[in-house]
Amino acid sequence: MRVTLGRVGTALAATAVAAVVVACSSSSKSSSPAQGASGQKPPSVPMASSVGAGEGALNIIAWAGYAESGQNDPKVDWVHPFEQQTGCKVNVKIGNTSDEMVQLMRTGQYDGVSASGDATLRLIYAGDVAPVNTDLVPNYKTISAFLKNGKWNSVDGQMYGIPHGWGANLLMWNPSSVTGTQDSWAAVFDKSDQYKGKVTAYDSPIYIADAALYLMATQPNLGIKDPYSLTSAQLDAAVALLEKQKANISEYWADYTKEVQAFESGTSVIGTTWQVIANTINGGAKTKVKTVLPKEGSTGWSDTWMISSKAKHPNCMYKWMDYIVSPSVNAQVAEYFGEAPAQTLACQHTSDKTFCQTYHALDQSYSNQLHYWTTPQKQCVNGGGSDCTDYAQWVTKWQQIKG
Amino acid sequence: MELPSRLRWTLRLLAWIGLAFLYVPLLLVLLNAFNKSRTFGFPPTGLTLEWWRAAWRSEGARSALGTSVRAAIGATAIALVLGTMAAFAVQRYHFFGRSSISLLVILPIALPGIVTGIALNAAFRTVLDPLGIGFGLTTVIIGHATFCIVLVFNNVQARLRRMSGSLEEASADLGATGWQTFRMVTLPNLRSALFAGALLAFGLSFDEIVVTTFTSSPDVQTLPIWIFGNLFRPNQAPVVNVVAAVLIIAAVLPVWLALRLAGEDAASSRI
Amino acid sequence: MGYQVAADQGVALEAPVGRGASDRRGKISAFLAPKRKTRLALLLGAPMLWLVVAYLGSLGVLFASAFWTTDSFTGAVVHSYSLDNLREVYTQPLYRTVAVRTISVALLVTVLDALIAFPMAFYMSKVARPGIRQLLVVAVLTPLWASYLVKAYAWRSLLAPHGPLSWVAGGYTPGYGLAATVITLTYLWLPYMVIPIYAGFERVPRSLLEASSDLGASPYRTIRSVILPMVFPAIAAGSIFTFSLTLGDYIAVGIVGGKTQMLANVIYGQLVTANNQPLAAALATIPLIAIVLYLLLMRRTGALENV
Repeated sequence: MRVTLGRVGTALAATAVAAVVVACSSSSKSSSPAQGASGQKPPSVPMASSVGAGEGALNIIAWAGYAESGQNDPKVDWVHPFEQQTGCKVNVKIGNTSDEMVQLMRTGQYDGVSASGDATLRLIYAGDVAPVNTDLVPNYKTISAFLKNGKWNSVDGQMYGIPHGWGANLLMWNPSSVTGTQDSWAAVFDKSDQYKGKVTAYDSPIYIADAALYLMATQPNLGIKDPYSLTSAQLDAAVALLEKQKANISEYWADYTKEVQAFESGTSVIGTTWQVIANTINGGAKTKVKTVLPKEGSTGWSDTWMISSKAKHPNCMYKWMDYIVSPSVNAQVAEYFGEAPAQTLACQHTSDKTFCQTYHALDQSYSNQLHYWTTPQKQCVNGGGSDCTDYAQWVTKWQQIKG
Repeated sequence: MELPSRLRWTLRLLAWIGLAFLYVPLLLVLLNAFNKSRTFGFPPTGLTLEWWRAAWRSEGARSALGTSVRAAIGATAIALVLGTMAAFAVQRYHFFGRSSISLLVILPIALPGIVTGIALNAAFRTVLDPLGIGFGLTTVIIGHATFCIVLVFNNVQARLRRMSGSLEEASADLGATGWQTFRMVTLPNLRSALFAGALLAFGLSFDEIVVTTFTSSPDVQTLPIWIFGNLFRPNQAPVVNVVAAVLIIAAVLPVWLALRLAGEDAASSRI
Repeated sequence: MGYQVAADQGVALEAPVGRGASDRRGKISAFLAPKRKTRLALLLGAPMLWLVVAYLGSLGVLFASAFWTTDSFTGAVVHSYSLDNLREVYTQPLYRTVAVRTISVALLVTVLDALIAFPMAFYMSKVARPGIRQLLVVAVLTPLWASYLVKAYAWRSLLAPHGPLSWVAGGYTPGYGLAATVITLTYLWLPYMVIPIYAGFERVPRSLLEASSDLGASPYRTIRSVILPMVFPAIAAGSIFTFSLTLGDYIAVGIVGGKTQMLANVIYGQLVTANNQPLAAALATIPLIAIVLYLLLMRRTGALENV
């Protein structure tokens, strides 16, 4: 007996359609990485006025190597001492790229993040992070002055985070496969054919800036003044360079174990790196690598610990921010990761007494030479006009390069 | 009479090659669980038990395992109920849209995980957040149950197709209530199909990562998410291999047991 | 007497329950017995609520957002109707290249899995002794319990330049790239193809095969004319999984694919890296259309009854 259940069927269909209509009309704007120009005001987010007792837990997003808890090397642990001191149990989520970190912060489920300059402004203008009351962070006073009130971590004199450390992207190579001393990025660009299929590069659109930096030195006629302020024509030139490079690429790395493994197995023999990766490889038994800051200069990062505007454990986050830039802890982090500590007093606590010299930790003029990660915007970040390409365009170009 | 022996030998050879193909990578996982090199160099520089010690101590792994088990049980339970109900409706009744139900039910598992994940994530954010239900184990279970329904549905439907309704009618004629009929006549015959569906649903939920990434929260880590996060840490990767090795070894017994309990034709279970 | 009849049928029965409980249940049953529509609605209600309203609804919202745009200055989603995203997705050569590559890989993986799974399932169902049969099923199901990520990483180790494969194959390894991706995906989804085909074989009576060989058909002829038509719906059913799982994969590609990118990587990139949800939703229409077309195609072969 055929029972036409037209009523049930249509009722269900109608409900589904209604759901769609309702959802469409509700104005649920997805929280956005606003790419506001200077002059645009970030949304007003309340700032803490005091730090109370710890809430017992803390969820943070960190670069690999910034929040070590003894899992990678039992002797490298500054998380457990923090937990014992403050009672805040720490959950660390490793972010592999700035883009991941921005996305994770947008969910509102984390209390803080160690953001590089290409994430900070996106977070500030989207209202995902709160301004920081630096009076509540005693160790802030002795942080290097040139890291305070930077274009990437403050707006109109209001700090949005606590500077943590800074460093450069380096050129790394395996001397047993790559002969001769390297001193130029040409090895991974114009001269990369000799390492066919064994070159590696960072898997993020921000790497386009590295190509632009190379073009700044080798093709000055393009008129590139800042690797993050690229007009369409300049962007296309950088993209062309990267498309040529792609033929010689073995793989792009986003997580640093991938690069460690690639060098140890011989999949890659030369490419861009962070000091911590070189330290990890040299600490292992198999392969030895060398690093250099090439003569054309380099891109780099200047990282800032920021607190979420929706932090569920703000007191623990403030305690963490103060702890991580305290002299002995900042020294530990800097030495493990291989970057210059933001804390000036950390230089007295490093186990290698020449550490701060090697990394030019207190040298402002050296720091000024590095081109720190910044989010490209339409309004050129170096103040040179408003016809620059923005990050969304870089993303599409990056996918185009990978093909 | 037997099938021609050359055919049988060819098939035997091909089948064992196929099984070898399935198991060689798993043997490598087992080997790497003892490999001294943190990044799985081959041949191994040496063998060590230190990763097993580290895995034993790792509370992250243990809590992730517990979370995964709870999520899988929840998802399987929901899938069992909803899948059986839908299978009964489709198999025993005729109605408008009946033939589209199998299409609809398979959609969550057929669509790429990232699409399902983004859609569910946006839906949870707009619907559940205002109700105060945050992301967490509940949202994970909801996500998993959605694509596990089809596994139960297909198995139950296939079984129902082979069971004519006459037994149930006879039971009703003899005075049994609907519930009694279901409990005493239908359910025992469905048992193997339910077991097969539950086993597959549990396994799928246990190993799922993409949808889970979009529906979970930082403190609710299922095992795949824990593995994903730790596969990228130099000293943790071998521990992950240890966990995987334990899972493989530990899974054989329950799978075999479940198939035994399910009965002789459960082996023809439906994905 | 009723119990006698039931017992004859081999149906397990328990002792009847007490009068009181069955009275109430009896009333509900009696009430519901004539109301087919109500019973159907009760059965269908919950699953449909879950699948149609919740799941389809959220999908609908997602794909509706493909018609929106993002403000190029702030990146916020603007609820104004526009076909720009869809136009970009279907005209840009990049997306076309990646889509074609992904669909080709999905089809290739499906064919490879079918070729490997067919003899396995044939052996398990028709040649192996009954005692071994169950062990073989367990053997095929067990790898599903090893984490997908770990298996992908195992292939990364296997295919490494001085890894096990090159050790065995005299220094040769395909390295990380499209070939490695195909191999790894074929490996990962193999059990999903073996099980449905095995179930399909179980429905082919042995006597049919024997009759065919009695009538003088070569094994090849038997397979082509007797087995294949009967088992084909099952193969189609398995192919649904291998096709769709490959179409949506972005993790395994990232582990063994070297510099290859597939459709899901592009979607993920637009969603996470660029925070361009409308464009990501527009890109997601490609796998959606591909899957729906594939399902409709497979439905005609009877695959959906065999899944």
